[in-house]
Amino acid sequence: MVTADPATVAAASRGPRRRTPSQGPRTRGWGLTALLALASLTVLVPLYFAVVMAFKTPEQAVAGTGFALPWPLNWASFADAWTLTGFPRAFAVSVLVSAVSVAGCLLLASWASYAIVRNWDRRLFRYSYFYLLAAMFIPFPVVALPQVKLTALLSLDNPAGVALLHVMFQLSFSVLLYSAFLRSIPLELEESARMDGASTWQVFWRVVFPLLAPMNATVGIFAFLASWNDFMMPSLITADQSLQTIPVVQKIFQLAFSTDYNVAFASYLMAMAPTIVVYVLAQRWVMSGVTRGAIK
Amino acid sequence: MATTSPHRSRARGRTAHPGVTLTRTRPPRRRVDAVSYLFLLPALALFTIFITLPALVGAVISLTDYVGYGEWEFIGLANYAVLFTDPNVLHAYGFTLGFSVVTVVLVNVVALALALGLSAKIKLKTALRGAFFIPMVVSGIVIAFVFNYLLSSSLPALASTLGIGWLQESILANPDLAWLGVVLVTAWQAVPSALIIYLAGLLAVPEEVYEAAALDGASAWRRFASITLPLVAGYVVINTVLGFKNFLNAYDIIVGLTDGGPGTSTRSVAMTIFTGFTSGDYAYQMANAVVFFVLAVVISVLQLQIIRRRGVSL
Repeated sequence: MVTADPATVAAASRGPRRRTPSQGPRTRGWGLTALLALASLTVLVPLYFAVVMAFKTPEQAVAGTGFALPWPLNWASFADAWTLTGFPRAFAVSVLVSAVSVAGCLLLASWASYAIVRNWDRRLFRYSYFYLLAAMFIPFPVVALPQVKLTALLSLDNPAGVALLHVMFQLSFSVLLYSAFLRSIPLELEESARMDGASTWQVFWRVVFPLLAPMNATVGIFAFLASWNDFMMPSLITADQSLQTIPVVQKIFQLAFSTDYNVAFASYLMAMAPTIVVYVLAQRWVMSGVTRGAIK
Repeated sequence: MATTSPHRSRARGRTAHPGVTLTRTRPPRRRVDAVSYLFLLPALALFTIFITLPALVGAVISLTDYVGYGEWEFIGLANYAVLFTDPNVLHAYGFTLGFSVVTVVLVNVVALALALGLSAKIKLKTALRGAFFIPMVVSGIVIAFVFNYLLSSSLPALASTLGIGWLQESILANPDLAWLGVVLVTAWQAVPSALIIYLAGLLAVPEEVYEAAALDGASAWRRFASITLPLVAGYVVINTVLGFKNFLNAYDIIVGLTDGGPGTSTRSVAMTIFTGFTSGDYAYQMANAVVFFVLAVVISVLQLQIIRRRGVSL
């Protein structure tokens, strides 16, 4: 497998190349850079907008187009949003749901992928792979109605049920990533451990799981993002509104905010901040992991 | 993405002769130890209990007049018969499919253009890449709320100061234009995941290939058409499959942006199905879900067929 870590590839391609006299590589680079920087405004302007709105007073928020940077900054909106949405509680629920779904996803997907890849010659495992993957193509709304009844029946109409369903819906993609990666790990590493008398269980935890580390990071990040940002499932599954996750809380309080845009935007910012922070910290894993799974 | 082709993987691990069954080439069957079953069991159990079982129960319910509680009896295919003439349902399918097609095209065009730019020789590469990936990590409904305000208040205000007449009214308030807003915000959020895949594909081509082509006198356009384009074709298919599946599912962004309005002009199939929770037509919406399922499967199978024909490994 080609381990196409973009950083490495980019570094490799930085060497001398395309020095044809017809193009001045330096000036070309800047032109394209400027174009891309312009394009990146489509991403940055809405985010800038959310930030400046959050720092306005209610009067400033409804004045003009909303793009003006307020001065002095009004921090009161954040305090209002904090108490109005019951932010600490929603945050705690979101953290709990995401943590459980990340842990569950890492465990179940790596187990299943390992069993499948190492027993690929057995029909049961091969078919299981396609069974697990098929769910990637089943939209949640298709099973939503009976699923909500089922979770209520099993007393899972709460954050625990949401976490469980998040694990399940994330399994397909995670198994796909893990399997691709596992196929590239040479069997010899495991066989030598087996020679020393290790059981499959021990081989998995002592040899295979540590080798999966980069993929664990990627699978974990995607599981976290999917779980943290999801609105559809918690809004349908969780019966008790006081146990809702952050995205659902935004919707619940939207009516309360309808006159105070500054408070609304402060609340949106607080909802977006954790994933953006995680992204900035873990950026390279998002990219390299998918690349690793994608390029064969 | 990953290799799932059984032939390929089998060949890789065990035997170099495709078509020769494994049991024949390896007479003593290896024993599968209990731990392997144990590892597989939780995933299979979860899927069976929470997807397969509800799907089967739902399919049965779709043949009844169940309203969500109380008594019910079988009414055959009556729900389905009504479904195909229900203007609300038909409109939802029309909107969801049309919106999905437009968004898939838009996302792929933008993502491919960005990938070409970001894989070229540019300055500030890390910062630019970092910026373009942000939309992927923010919550759909939250960013939809932000765009809701942008499109319904800021853009009209901006348009009136600039004197652009047709933009002075919010496009989200216009039943004929509101879907454009949904496309825009969905694409905004979906571009990064398509971009990752294109970028990975483009970066995987060894630089030497381009150098060799350049030495042979191939022009920049020729290099793009003969090397880049055929390579990228496979990724277009992958992005289309993954994108379509997500867009059919459209819910979060629409809730935050238009909530299906104005009227029911941007109501997706998912939103229609969810009305079954409250409106007393549980069984009817379950029939809707079954039809939606069949549609999703047909679309996926068609796309996978194309993938297989192109020889792309997913």
